[in-house]
Amino acid sequence: MRKRLLWAAAGIGLLLLLSGCAPEATQDTLQPQGPYAEKLKDLFIPVFWVAVFVFIVVEGGIVWIAIRYRHRKGRERIPAQVHGNTRLEIGWTIAPALILAGVMVPTVATIWDLARKPPDDAINVTVRGLQWWWDFEYTDDDMRTSYGDGASIRAADVLVIPEDRVIYLSLEGAGGGIGGDAEARDYMVIHSFWIPELAGKQDVVPGRTNHILMQADHPGMYEGQCAEFCGLQHGRMLVRVRALAAEDWEAWVENQKQASVAPTGLAREGMDLFLEPLSDGRGSCVTCHAVGGTDATAPAGPDLTHFADPTHECFAGCNWETSDRDALEAWLRNPDAVKLGSKMPDYHLSEDEIDALVAYLYSLK
Amino acid sequence: MATVTTTARREGILRRPMAMTGVRSWFTTIDHKKIGILYGATAFVFFVVGGVEALLIRTQLAGPDGTLLNADQYNEVFTMHGITMIFLFVMPMAAAFFNYFIPLMIGARDVAFPRLNAYSYWVFLFGGLFLYSSFFLGGAPNCGWFCYAPNSIFDPTIGPTFYALGLIITGIASTAGAVNLAVTVINMRAPGMSLFRVPVFVWMGLVVQLLLVFSLPIITVALFQLLFDRQFGTHFFDPTAGGDPILWQHLFWLFGHPEVYVLILPAFGIFSEVLPVFSRKPLFGYQFVVFSGIAIGFIGFGVWAHHMFAAGLGPVANTAFGVSTAIIAVPTGVKIFNWMGTIYRGDIRPTSAMLFTLGGIMMFVIGGLSGVTHSIVPSDYQQTDTYYIVAHFHYVIFGGGVFAFFSAMFYWWPKVFGRLLNERLGVIEFVLMTIGFNLTFGPMHILGLQGMIRRTYTYPESLGLTFWNQAATVGAFLIAISVLLFIVNVVISHSKAKPADVADPWDARTLEWMTTSPPPVHNFDEIPTVHALDEFWHRKYVEDERTGRLVPAQAGAANGHDADHADGWQAIHLPSPSYWPLVAALGMPVIAYGVLYSWWWLVGVGFATALIGFYGWAMEPSVSEEDG
Repeated sequence: MRKRLLWAAAGIGLLLLLSGCAPEATQDTLQPQGPYAEKLKDLFIPVFWVAVFVFIVVEGGIVWIAIRYRHRKGRERIPAQVHGNTRLEIGWTIAPALILAGVMVPTVATIWDLARKPPDDAINVTVRGLQWWWDFEYTDDDMRTSYGDGASIRAADVLVIPEDRVIYLSLEGAGGGIGGDAEARDYMVIHSFWIPELAGKQDVVPGRTNHILMQADHPGMYEGQCAEFCGLQHGRMLVRVRALAAEDWEAWVENQKQASVAPTGLAREGMDLFLEPLSDGRGSCVTCHAVGGTDATAPAGPDLTHFADPTHECFAGCNWETSDRDALEAWLRNPDAVKLGSKMPDYHLSEDEIDALVAYLYSLK
Repeated sequence: MATVTTTARREGILRRPMAMTGVRSWFTTIDHKKIGILYGATAFVFFVVGGVEALLIRTQLAGPDGTLLNADQYNEVFTMHGITMIFLFVMPMAAAFFNYFIPLMIGARDVAFPRLNAYSYWVFLFGGLFLYSSFFLGGAPNCGWFCYAPNSIFDPTIGPTFYALGLIITGIASTAGAVNLAVTVINMRAPGMSLFRVPVFVWMGLVVQLLLVFSLPIITVALFQLLFDRQFGTHFFDPTAGGDPILWQHLFWLFGHPEVYVLILPAFGIFSEVLPVFSRKPLFGYQFVVFSGIAIGFIGFGVWAHHMFAAGLGPVANTAFGVSTAIIAVPTGVKIFNWMGTIYRGDIRPTSAMLFTLGGIMMFVIGGLSGVTHSIVPSDYQQTDTYYIVAHFHYVIFGGGVFAFFSAMFYWWPKVFGRLLNERLGVIEFVLMTIGFNLTFGPMHILGLQGMIRRTYTYPESLGLTFWNQAATVGAFLIAISVLLFIVNVVISHSKAKPADVADPWDARTLEWMTTSPPPVHNFDEIPTVHALDEFWHRKYVEDERTGRLVPAQAGAANGHDADHADGWQAIHLPSPSYWPLVAALGMPVIAYGVLYSWWWLVGVGFATALIGFYGWAMEPSVSEEDG
């Protein structure tokens, strides 16, 4: 028996050793990068050690009893027939109850702490989950664009925030899409917004508004994902948070307020393709997409005004790097082929059209 | 059932079936033991199918950007894995053991309503086949076992309709079965068997049936609402038309959490039977084990919203449900301590059954501890909908539930089939399954804490989740090998000559071991009169007046079938086999297909079939005339 235990221990040790070779996880809940995620970890760790203690006592007890009182050959004597012991029963009812009561005190305190209203200088962002990408709208008054009706700044896939500031996220249900056939419609379903290193998750529930408080201690990139099953491509509904230093943030906001600049050359051809209906009645990009400063204002798809801004690192549910030209071309060639069931239709674009559109998209800094 | 006749007379439309053996007898049987075997065999087949789905899942996730399945196929497979394991394996497997052993353990000749029992089984079987026919009819359910609205009502595939109809059908089976078994336990106990002389397995069975009776109507209502939203244009859960998707969550989990205890309480019952037998000691604190089981049943109805901590119910609700979730850990802990008290100073024999029980308790403890961390609401904001949860409930349902089932298989196999399973193979299976199980689900705790979401068909390499996913996949195949070993064990055991006497191979304690193995159709030649908990044990061993120790009683005294009454059983009347439960059950999937395709004539055919079945059933005398 002891030998077997040793083998088991060796096996576990080997596994842990091998796991050391694994690359670092980038959505690690145990490596919080801001105060709100920190609170959750600070609650989990002590409970974890309490659980380890109980684990050792109970599992150790079972193993010890099983070995100590195992049947020995030739033993015929029947063990004493003990039926119970009321004092023990009361003891092992009360002891766990006390431990749990102790654990619940900081738990309840943290629940209410996290439910508090945000500070006045918090940055307000409305988060919308769509099938299958994230849309962000900066709703504060000083975050209005300088073009069109002066609507709020919108961005897709990457939530850009300043470091060391409280961000107050309002999660709203969205979707409904542009109608059309059932397969292509972008339905209003439940999503869950989750950036593990910055905050716990909250569901995005149609008809309700949920909130998350988050803050990043340092500039950097934080990965996240939709955590609630939301249909076919739930697994590819990724998101990133890019936290910027204060001056970079100012610059970013300033750039976002500006309209897009009409390009020249090939990109200009792409712009025309983008804005005009495609030939042979294939449809049009502007049915869904908006580009600030042009006639394209549709809200159904991602806002592409600053598609090529360096902070917009990834596209289409944050599955591909924006800088990856091949991925972008493949996406335009047939979205369904790279992301089955994508709500962006396949417009059967020619290679020349794709080249022009890619040039245009890359001009949208 | 004494005089088995081969001549049959016309009674109503169909000839009264008389066969007690042979293939046809299985379709008309209303013997709780045969139905129990049918339940068990069917559930095991579904277990294998669900296991194959699990292997597909693990193979897909063995590396980043897996291509074995596409998103659509993966969503179908993980949904059907969950539905299969919960509704088509664990529940019916528990029903199999309850069906077979509750009457035997309480000294009854059958369940209270034998034909209803057959009806339950057939409805369950047809419900399962209906659900699986979806793979060939345009797509299986793809919305997860919880099938959250509004995704479920908007989904353009046929899957969620199959889900709603399939679960309504299996729910009918479970409800009928639950009423039947609850009435059996309450009304049909042997003389002298007060409720506190009933084995804990039977007690847990009673609690489970009551949980089902009270929780299934809730999910049935929700499933009908879902069905109406999808098929008839209502808007119960449609947020675009004023419906409330959170309503579905409340209804689902108000059923779903008691359901968790429906899945695990049978295991508690099995542990509580196996431990005393193989420690040769009575269960420690019988009343406390029973009452903690009842307490778990009650509190189980008050914790549902801990599945919804991230749904935004607000701090008041989250506090209340966090606290209630913590409270339910207390009676669960009481059980575990009592099991430890049972084996303490026992004479522990490490048979396969005992190993699976000890291992099962140890795995369940891990699942219980990770469960307590869910009551820490803010920390659950991080863990919910991640692989941490997947790890947790597999430690509970697989580690607790499935280990218990294998324990029960090894323990009761000789009783059911008159053959022992091979112990050496059993021990190897246990070791392999324990290693495979922990290698599969242990790393999932880590994956969840590292941010791997549930129900995802892929993950990018950049998330750094590859290593532990690979480990989990290796573990899954180890589990598959261990299950194969079990099948091999069964085949070997049944290809050998039948051993002479396995009436009581474990020196057991409860009534079912007082009759032959396998038991006769009428269970007991003479119904035993019960004087104590562990009646059989007390007949076998008496206290030596001089030393106070237990010593074997005089030979013969323990024998259930006393020589005096050897012929008494010939006067026993048992209900005769019947076609009607099968006919009535057949109507259910027919109605469902009709609703599915809006073929109203087919719905009519289904209703007519069911009505004919019920009519024939009602008009048929329970005992065939020439059987008197």
